[in-house]
Amino acid sequence: MADKEIKLEVVTPDKMVLSQTVEYVGCPGVAGEFGVLPNHIPFLSALGIGNLHYKKAGKTFYVFVAGGFAEVGPDRLTVLAEVAEKAEDIDIERARKAEDRARKRLEQQNDNVDFARARVALQRAITRMSAMNAAKSTGTA
Amino acid sequence: MPSLRDVLNKINSVKKTKQITKAMNMVASAKLRNAQNRIERFRPYADKFYDMLGDLAKGADASVHPLLEVRETIKATCIVLITSDRGLCGSFNYSLIAMALSLAKKLAAEGKTVKFICVGKKARDAVRKSPYEALSNHADIMNSFDFGLASKLGQEVISGYLDGTFDEVQMVFGQFMSVAKQLSTTKAILPLSSAGEEDAVASGPTTEYIYEPSVEGLLAELLPRFINVQLYRGLLDTSASEHAARMRAMDNATRACDDMVGALTLAYNKARQSTITRELMDIVGGAEALKG
Repeated sequence: MADKEIKLEVVTPDKMVLSQTVEYVGCPGVAGEFGVLPNHIPFLSALGIGNLHYKKAGKTFYVFVAGGFAEVGPDRLTVLAEVAEKAEDIDIERARKAEDRARKRLEQQNDNVDFARARVALQRAITRMSAMNAAKSTGTA
Repeated sequence: MPSLRDVLNKINSVKKTKQITKAMNMVASAKLRNAQNRIERFRPYADKFYDMLGDLAKGADASVHPLLEVRETIKATCIVLITSDRGLCGSFNYSLIAMALSLAKKLAAEGKTVKFICVGKKARDAVRKSPYEALSNHADIMNSFDFGLASKLGQEVISGYLDGTFDEVQMVFGQFMSVAKQLSTTKAILPLSSAGEEDAVASGPTTEYIYEPSVEGLLAELLPRFINVQLYRGLLDTSASEHAARMRAMDNATRACDDMVGALTLAYNKARQSTITRELMDIVGGAEALKG
């Protein structure tokens, strides 16, 4: 199996979130999601806000990432993200509150609201929850 | 000659001071351990980041990005000064501030305008007293900052640079070498060509990458983050240095307290002895007088 595996590393400024050998990785690239199997051609992509998922021993795991980069080599995939949380580490209550806050801010008709930021916050919150839900449905969180 | 009671009071107060300095020493050493851990945890990210930027810089015409362009005339310089929020850490803040101010003086002598971005209370206070303008102050944050602060600073620096408020950026921070050694350091942040290229374009075999989006698009994403990474490293280092400096200052203070208690105890004993001698003389003198 040695040549059929990818070393997946997810790193944030605060810590190494993940370092594992896996069989498949799906990444939320800025230009759409892309999948990575072993022996992928060298590839460098910016990541959007989304859920990265990877397969290991028949199970699918989810990691929430926001903004960052993925560097792909034949036997490795390194993700540098400013925020990355494994599905089981996501604070669902916080995400829900963040969603409410962002929605309220978007509804306000006033010039003080930074809509771009509120929209990004909303997207982050929704994506976090979807990572959680997806992980729950596959039984990995 | 101070009275016995005065000396005793003094001894007690010095002993209490010693308790405090000792406690502060222990707190600082715990915080230092924390700060060192954070530096350790940040290292993989920073290393990978340099690798990635290096790979990218090889495949790209780096001169296309505005952050890489060196301006011909530099009219204004921004100094990002990072100090601690709290004192009682020896000459740590003082030497950082002195370094920043002498840099500012030098730049001003060259006819450049100098502007400050201050991180930490001590930096804010010092710049307020100086003739230079502070663009922004970030005080009371050194205790609990995260990468978000670096991003915020980075944004400020980049937008100021791009709209021409200043033409170069320097960072003054306390570089953490070891527990025993901290160094006040000046580092050029912008323009990037003088700051990061030589770090980034280090060794490694060339691999042909596919880029998504374009190389320029990726650079536009990576370069601002590179500034954040450098600023974050400055913050982490300064915080670790602060705690190391405080630890040493408090260690010295504890030792000074010990010396003082020793000297005072000696004075107390002498004073007590001389009182006893005097009283004895009185008694002996009285007894002699009765005999006579």
